[in-house]
Amino acid sequence: MEIHSFPIHRIHDLLESRQISAVETVTAFLERISAIDPGVHAYLATFGEKAIEEAKLFDSGAGNFSASPLAGTPIAIKDVIGIKGALTTCGSRILQGFVSPYDATVTKKLRQAGAIFIGKTNLDEFAMGSSTENSAFVKTRNPWDTERVPGGSSGGSAAAVAAGLCAGALGTDTGGSIRQPSSFCGVVGLKPTYGRVSRFGLVAFASSLDQIGPITRDVEDAAILLQAVAGYDPADSTSVDLPVPEYRAALSQSIQGLRLGIPREYFIEGTHPEVEAAVRNAISTCRSLGAEIVDISLPHTEYGIAAYYIIAPAEASSNLARYDGVKYGHRTQHSADLMEMYRKSRSEGFGSEVKRRIMLGTYVLSAGYYDAYYKKASQVRTLIRRDFLEAFQKCDAILAPVSPIPAFKIGEKSDDPLQMYLSDVFTLPASLAGIPGISVPCGFTSDNLPIGLQILGPHFREELVLRVAHQFEQATSFHLRDPELKG
Amino acid sequence: MDSKITRDEVRHVALLARLELSEVEEELMTGQMNAILGYMDKLNELDTGGIEPTTHAVELRNVFRPDSVEPSLDRKDSLANAPGNDGVNFVVPRVL
Repeated sequence: MEIHSFPIHRIHDLLESRQISAVETVTAFLERISAIDPGVHAYLATFGEKAIEEAKLFDSGAGNFSASPLAGTPIAIKDVIGIKGALTTCGSRILQGFVSPYDATVTKKLRQAGAIFIGKTNLDEFAMGSSTENSAFVKTRNPWDTERVPGGSSGGSAAAVAAGLCAGALGTDTGGSIRQPSSFCGVVGLKPTYGRVSRFGLVAFASSLDQIGPITRDVEDAAILLQAVAGYDPADSTSVDLPVPEYRAALSQSIQGLRLGIPREYFIEGTHPEVEAAVRNAISTCRSLGAEIVDISLPHTEYGIAAYYIIAPAEASSNLARYDGVKYGHRTQHSADLMEMYRKSRSEGFGSEVKRRIMLGTYVLSAGYYDAYYKKASQVRTLIRRDFLEAFQKCDAILAPVSPIPAFKIGEKSDDPLQMYLSDVFTLPASLAGIPGISVPCGFTSDNLPIGLQILGPHFREELVLRVAHQFEQATSFHLRDPELKG
Repeated sequence: MDSKITRDEVRHVALLARLELSEVEEELMTGQMNAILGYMDKLNELDTGGIEPTTHAVELRNVFRPDSVEPSLDRKDSLANAPGNDGVNFVVPRVL
């Protein structure tokens, strides 16, 4: 075992007891990145020198390792979240060269907790995608099989955690972009309740859906990272002013007597048989831990994809109107007037998936189509949200697959956007409802590809979701397996 | 499948979205948008009469604060990422 394969809490114990130094820790990860990342491409940028400087400060006594479980630990940030003075590209040519003038609230909070930023991770352009193939810069590879995608859009963060290229990472989830890549890469990924974590300094994709959350090696680490970033922020009026519980303290409680709901609509034809088998096994494990398993129904599940792929592009088309070649980002060299400057700058800067979503969003919001598409989808969103609220009358949390399929081959779906969208079927409803969800490793296919169990809870009940995930994880050993990667 | 959107409409939406698509992109986009919008017909299976739309999953309230001046991004930082600026203003191609 080496430092790069340790979870945050173990690194913290070693730092606190002075068995390793922060410089040794950061150096170990940087060396690992040099050796492994050329084959994985998890990172768009790394901050080697700066990270070492910060680690030296810690070791010299300026930092107190006991002050926070993140003190001195190397953390990666999805490149859609701002770090003051660092490039934020969103995986897009339109933002190439953009330097963040301020810290996102989550970055500020992690900095205060003593985390050391080791790099910015790759993503689908503007977080639009399910495979990280839509990055304008590089395709990230799945550490378990480098011919396959890591999932998306937080594919860089998930791959970095799985490959031991950081101690933990932040991702963002709009329709599954934390949970699905975590599932594909065999790591833990939590999408918090909408409003639990401030979005200030996160580049907006779909503002009513976007949430920032942790991607980590185990559930305890997810609790640690969530604790550091959760809470009300006056700079984000959609963040919610509710007390933040002690997430780590909740983990150890047994799930004896908890009612876990199994939604029949999540066990459908088309799901990979090994995925279904692994999730069924996970349900049995939870039953053997004393949970009561109850059948539930989320009847509007099958409408989630259509509703989401109207609502999210609609919001995106509005949010991305800001990229006009005036205030920041790419400006065309070839324009005679302002209109041409807008159109050429945007067309040169955006990739094809982003253009497609802007077009879809503009269309569904345009005169004559608004009621048929956007309003209809928003009404269906009500029905989907209601499904969950009714289900939580009958159960405390829900167990389901994260994705109907394990990691697919690079290029397999990239020519057919609709097929790519359909693979999000099990993550989109929770996003539309705004509830928290986690992906926790629950098995492997015969090809040695990771499979994730999705645990969903009621609004603002992250501590319950984390507790079920932790109790399941501690009864199994899937999270302890690492991909074999050679530099 | 019925055609949801014609190539002319795609061209018009691109104008509204301030995008400029090449001939090849326009053709591809028309086909893809038709496939995606065709799939959206699924929503018409549901009777949503009388259902309130949800625009935010968590109830939002207006946030009020005193109208007091606080520090914000200064001019230099605001202009730092601008592709065209004269140190005081953003500079754009001639409008009038």
